[in-house]
Amino acid sequence: MRTGAPAAKPLARAATFPFAAIVGQEEMKQALTIVAVDPRVGGVLVLGDRGTGKSTTIRALAALLPPVRAVAGCAYHCDPADAAGLCAACRATPRGRRRAAMVPVPVVDLPLGATEDRITGALDLEQALVHGVRAFQPGLLARAHRGFLYIDEVNLLEDHLVDLLLDVAASGENLVEREGLSVRHPARIVLIGSGNPEEGDLRPQLLDRFGLSVEVRTPDTVPERMEVVRRRDRFERDPARFAAEWDAAQQALRERIAAAREAIDGIDVPDGPLAHAASLCLALGADGLRGELTLMRAARALAALEGQTAVTDAHLRAVAPMALRHRLRRDPLDEAVATTRVARAVDELLAA
Amino acid sequence: MTTWRDACLVRRIVAHDPARFGVVLRAGCGPVRDAWLAGLRARLAAAVPVLRLPPQIDDGRLLGGLDLAATLASGAPRLERGLLAAADGGLVLLPLAERHGAATAARVAQIMDTGGIAVERDGLQDWCATRFAIIALDEGGGAEEATPAALRDRAAFWLDLDAVTPREAGCDAEAPPRAAPHGPVAVADAILAALCAAAACLGVASPRAVLFALDAARAIAALDGRDAVADEDAGTAARLVLGPRATIVPDTGDAPAEAAADPDPPPSSEDAPGDDADRLPDRLPDRLADRIVAAARAALPRDLLDGMPAAAASAAAAAGRSGGRAPATGGGRPTGLRPGMPRPNARLDVVATLRAAAPWQRLRSRAPGRIAVRSGDFRVIRTERPIRSTTIFVVDASGSAALHRLAEAKGAVELLLGESYVRRDRAALIAFRGRAAEVLLPPTGSLVRARRGLTAMPAGGGTPLAAGIEAGCAMAATLRRRGETASVVLLTDARANVARDGTPGRLRAQADAAAAAKALRAAGIPALLIDIAPRPSADARLLAAEAGARWLALPQADAVLLSRAARTAAAA
Repeated sequence: MRTGAPAAKPLARAATFPFAAIVGQEEMKQALTIVAVDPRVGGVLVLGDRGTGKSTTIRALAALLPPVRAVAGCAYHCDPADAAGLCAACRATPRGRRRAAMVPVPVVDLPLGATEDRITGALDLEQALVHGVRAFQPGLLARAHRGFLYIDEVNLLEDHLVDLLLDVAASGENLVEREGLSVRHPARIVLIGSGNPEEGDLRPQLLDRFGLSVEVRTPDTVPERMEVVRRRDRFERDPARFAAEWDAAQQALRERIAAAREAIDGIDVPDGPLAHAASLCLALGADGLRGELTLMRAARALAALEGQTAVTDAHLRAVAPMALRHRLRRDPLDEAVATTRVARAVDELLAA
Repeated sequence: MTTWRDACLVRRIVAHDPARFGVVLRAGCGPVRDAWLAGLRARLAAAVPVLRLPPQIDDGRLLGGLDLAATLASGAPRLERGLLAAADGGLVLLPLAERHGAATAARVAQIMDTGGIAVERDGLQDWCATRFAIIALDEGGGAEEATPAALRDRAAFWLDLDAVTPREAGCDAEAPPRAAPHGPVAVADAILAALCAAAACLGVASPRAVLFALDAARAIAALDGRDAVADEDAGTAARLVLGPRATIVPDTGDAPAEAAADPDPPPSSEDAPGDDADRLPDRLPDRLADRIVAAARAALPRDLLDGMPAAAASAAAAAGRSGGRAPATGGGRPTGLRPGMPRPNARLDVVATLRAAAPWQRLRSRAPGRIAVRSGDFRVIRTERPIRSTTIFVVDASGSAALHRLAEAKGAVELLLGESYVRRDRAALIAFRGRAAEVLLPPTGSLVRARRGLTAMPAGGGTPLAAGIEAGCAMAATLRRRGETASVVLLTDARANVARDGTPGRLRAQADAAAAAKALRAAGIPALLIDIAPRPSADARLLAAEAGARWLALPQADAVLLSRAARTAAAA
């Protein structure tokens, strides 16, 4: 029950389906790999029908992320290179004494029914009950720092938890003031949400926190469906063997993401695409600077993934729908039409 | 008889691998259902858990959480595992499945998908693997009451035992058991392909259904003592799994005959070549799939064959009831904790209270093993119940309205729906045409569903205006009883020609409509009447006056005016 260091206790979960073995759903996979390359793009929202593999795909993402350097033993796996973003404990340790270790990027599931105290962190119950000591037990936000927080059925999340996440996602910091504790720790998290739009709408504010949004549908060709069923069936029969079969493909994908992460800062953004991105947002009335920024960052990550050195209009075209469709001036009834509106604007602008 | 025989087969398949399949059992409470359940229990090994999950279960019991008794006794936090963890390897029985809200359904579904429970509650964390299937006992009365779609999607078999007589249920139609085959049951790729094609043909979108059918076919073969799935097994599995899920009636009319006449049918469905591969087949790719669809046809849902409109079908997937927040279950949503003494509308949070008391125990403790709680430790849950308001759209879908400007009326409703979304209100949709009014959409916060309901709205027939007004009035009254506010937006040309009892006749119809309008006024329900006739008529104005409603003629109403009118009507 003790969780002094949340990352130290990997919980044994059921086997996950390999990302590389997901059939179709190209836009969702692309959005997730883009965020894996550059978390600054700011999260992915996946909306779609039942049985389209939303959660399967998102849960498979963790296996693709290259490990990062973190301060050894730190509950928040602070980045040793980022002096400003250190937690209080790391800051108190002299520089020379901080040792770094490679840790996996956290992908934390926020289960439905999680209580507020476990999300923000709260008084450590065991320490208090057994030893009479007032100590802070970090929560899910601490565990997800520098990584991803996955909210399945995001539209069913209770309102007071939404408020909490909105605040943390905006500030990159978790402030806990409860039970006489006052703790502040860094929580730079990327939100990944999925849900079925038929079960209710998302608060506009929450919608806004997601950098990219994709819509998934059940595959509509019989061969594709057959492949979905065939792979899923094989996986369920023998997960270990299935994982071994896809090991090479997974490794290739992993290397591609790692290479893109290395390259991303060197990617050039010429004036042409930059101007196009701006006029695209203007034409669509996408609110604020955020759309433009997301568009550029996503395009840059895509260029890095493709091993290119500069962003082109083609990249812009590829990421425009996912970066902008949820930012159009709000006409909630136009959900299906939003994609076409973006596509039309892209065609008009980039053809010229 | 065949229904009961299928039900018995389902029972055997479920008993074969309890944690895999799951059943939605539509049946009233009675001897038939009891017989089926008793038979199932008898076939299960004694060690297989079968646990009941009541609709009003809380998260602590469902998922697990702090075990207060043990924690207090031992002085150290103890985790209590929930019902779903205890169900590992067995079945979870959901009585009154139609009463389960989307919140519970989503939790159960999430755990079934991930194969375990991640507990992040009450200061504790835990991961507990569990694998179970559900038996949803659905006594729902119709489209508005049904098992949440998230759960139905995760149950292999949808049985409807309403038509089975107790006498049939008395006799056990079952083949003698055979020795199980050694090793796993093989499935030819052609069978997998045919099942996929059949699912596409029946309009079954979720890949889970095909996976269920595949495993059911395996189980059928295994029960029969064979180690490979035969074509007949696939047919039976399709009848049991795919048939009841069908959303379109497969167009196979003469297909079997045609296929037989075809001199050179493809031996199996190697990926259908060329253009055909790019879209769902109108025609079936091969004879096996053909036979499977023919088998599944035997089990198509009754209402599908009756030509139920698509809108009603989507309403049947009534997951939009975010039941987790239904006022009946508590005093609104919790907005946090605060120190204070418990009162009727401030519930004591025991765990938080203990947690508040915990750090001081060393200092306070006089008797070891006891926890000293002071009044200052009490924590109560602060709740807030936002008053939800619902706009009920009552739309005239009769022939005369359709002739005129139903499309524009739909546009107006869409616009108002958008408005209500921004205000985070809910919307409901009632259409009246022919002889009666029909609830196309129960109150929902999902704009997507509202829009689908509107698009699929059928039109034509007489104008049973009185029935429409009454239905709107009744729904508004129901919502009010729940402490919500409701307003009615009536879109009609006010040319009533069908009376309350469904008989044609203009005079009686008008009188009935006037009476219904008066009832609306008497109930004090705010209303807005939008006249959709090409030339605004005196009839509509009169009706509006009688209903105490604002009157607005669509020809003059632009978007801004319309939404402002709706808002003032709702605020009235």
